[in-house]
Amino acid sequence: METIADFEIQYSQFLDPDGRPSDTLPDFAQDSEQLIEMYRQMTLVRIFDGKAINLQRTGKLGTYASSLGHEASHVGIGAAMRPEDCLAPSYREYGAMLWRGVKMSEILLYWGGDERGSRFEHAPHDFPFCVPIATQCLHAAGAAMAYQLRGEPRCAVSINGDGGTSEGAFYEALNVAGAKKLPVVFVVINNKWAISVPLELQTASRTLAQKAVAAGIPGLQVDGNDVIAVRHWMERALERARRGEGPALIEAITYRLSDHTTADDASRYRKKEEVEAARAIEPLLRLRRYLVEQGLWDDAREEALRAECVERVDAAVESYINTPRAPVTDMFDYLFEKLPDHLVAQREMAQHYDRGGRH
Amino acid sequence: MAAITLIEGVTRALAHEMERDERVIVLGEDVGVNGGVFRATAGLQQRFGDQRVQDTPLAEAMIAGLSVGMAAQGMRPVAEIQFEGFVYPAVDQIVNHAARLRTRTRGRLTCPMVLRVPYGGGIHAPEHHSDSPEAMFAHMPGIRVVIPSSPARAYGLLLAAIRSPDPVVFFEPKRIYRLQKQEVPDDGEALPLDVCYTLREGEDVTVVTWGAMTWETLKAADQLADDGISCEIIDVATISPLDHETILESVERTGRLCIVQEAPRSFGVASEIAAVVAEQALYSLRTPISRVTGYDTIMPLFRLETEYMPSVQRVVDGIRAALEE
Repeated sequence: METIADFEIQYSQFLDPDGRPSDTLPDFAQDSEQLIEMYRQMTLVRIFDGKAINLQRTGKLGTYASSLGHEASHVGIGAAMRPEDCLAPSYREYGAMLWRGVKMSEILLYWGGDERGSRFEHAPHDFPFCVPIATQCLHAAGAAMAYQLRGEPRCAVSINGDGGTSEGAFYEALNVAGAKKLPVVFVVINNKWAISVPLELQTASRTLAQKAVAAGIPGLQVDGNDVIAVRHWMERALERARRGEGPALIEAITYRLSDHTTADDASRYRKKEEVEAARAIEPLLRLRRYLVEQGLWDDAREEALRAECVERVDAAVESYINTPRAPVTDMFDYLFEKLPDHLVAQREMAQHYDRGGRH
Repeated sequence: MAAITLIEGVTRALAHEMERDERVIVLGEDVGVNGGVFRATAGLQQRFGDQRVQDTPLAEAMIAGLSVGMAAQGMRPVAEIQFEGFVYPAVDQIVNHAARLRTRTRGRLTCPMVLRVPYGGGIHAPEHHSDSPEAMFAHMPGIRVVIPSSPARAYGLLLAAIRSPDPVVFFEPKRIYRLQKQEVPDDGEALPLDVCYTLREGEDVTVVTWGAMTWETLKAADQLADDGISCEIIDVATISPLDHETILESVERTGRLCIVQEAPRSFGVASEIAAVVAEQALYSLRTPISRVTGYDTIMPLFRLETEYMPSVQRVVDGIRAALEE
């Protein structure tokens, strides 16, 4: 017998949990403005997230999926993409979505039960939230195929979780992207838990990055709590895809510090100590320590940033709360380009009852 | 002009649209060099190249999902699912995404894709190659379900489906792929969607059908004509959204209705048509509605398939049932 195929999976981290460089920082990280901009976004997302949970707890928002702990992964992805690229998210990647122009008020509208939340006024070609797990990986592959066919230097990015790697759609997307060398980057945010199912029940794989091996595409693991690592390797993968060298898979290791959604109670299935240990290595702390160490950040700036973020989030909440319900006819008016005849009567009926009408 | 078959009508429509609109992309399993297992895409890759006619890996959900992604980003994918028995993995993408994209994004992203699916029994095929699942898709809001029943309608309706701004599941009745030849000019004239086609005018009874069953129905009507019974035959063509008007207008005139489908009897398209007529034209009916359908069983392997599918005799009997006071 002889070995005819072999693989190795590399892991990358630039900042350790204490915010000390563990590797030579990439160029963009030498630019303090860029680092501060990412820190600002991560802080904004965290404050937004806390506010959204409060809104849900006080009956002003529906079920909400928190992004607590994922800020570096999400912001790193968003920061690496170009505006003309295309994001196919799942449903909690607010850091990436906000970076790409999605409004906080839109995210609130979505979780507040209003389709207009996926209108994405300033992210015109990005895919909407995607609740059916990993199905969006195929949309990213399809988008990449459209760009490839038209010869456009654009890339698609999909994001799914560790649970999503068990889905057929995930494998099918990796496989076709590899076979057709599509300009797409698949990101798996490995936050260790798929609702109550831990990673070791999800798969026997040592890493999720190695799922790329069977598709014949590069796979890499990065510290998902290190925004520099996420952004750097995303940029590298996107450049490569843009040059026509094909897709890649990036596994970002992080931890879901929150419940799965506001409808979940994670204390039922995981230990407090595990969550506490994860909290100690969370992403904002790490970048802040680095910035402080470099003399780029201090308490006064932190306080000012927080005040600014609270103000922005409050404005988004205000906009969300003050958005009147959509007209009932919206149910019908976006179903097809033109309403089929038999739906005209149903549309009128919905209007009639909406007005509190009686026969 | 040489007459063509239904499947050649499909090929001709694909070639016409690919020539006219460079956004049109054909993809699926074996659609390239091989020209499709039924030959629907024969010659297209040679003519348009391997970028616009792409063989894909073998995964139906992927074929549908890729099409959703492409359509959302400005292309016009026309994907082939090899047989209807393999369309089920693609249902997730069709129902959760293709059908909903316009609604979910308030019109920001749309999904102008066509999923071509050969369907139905009668070709002595192996297991999982002979179902009639059109009602499953017709039940889902946001997609069109279209079924041609002649070469001309295959050409004209497929052109319309590809040009449609919304997703279409285009079921092709494989049993009649090569049954009839018809002169079909390649004039790029699409036929209207969302309307029924009256194949034969008549006075005594309205017979509503679609796909391959139009042929048994026409033969049954010929037999009944010998007995002086005049059947009006309507080909539904667009299963969903259903054209109520044509059916109701006919039933109001004839006062009798028989619906013929190959699919299982219960919870299907025939049931919906019967319900619409019962709701809106009950007092025009002089006799109870009659349905001629497949059985509520698993489609049998081919030694029994002709026993499963409504025969001309069953259609004759069904129409006679609709004539009984």
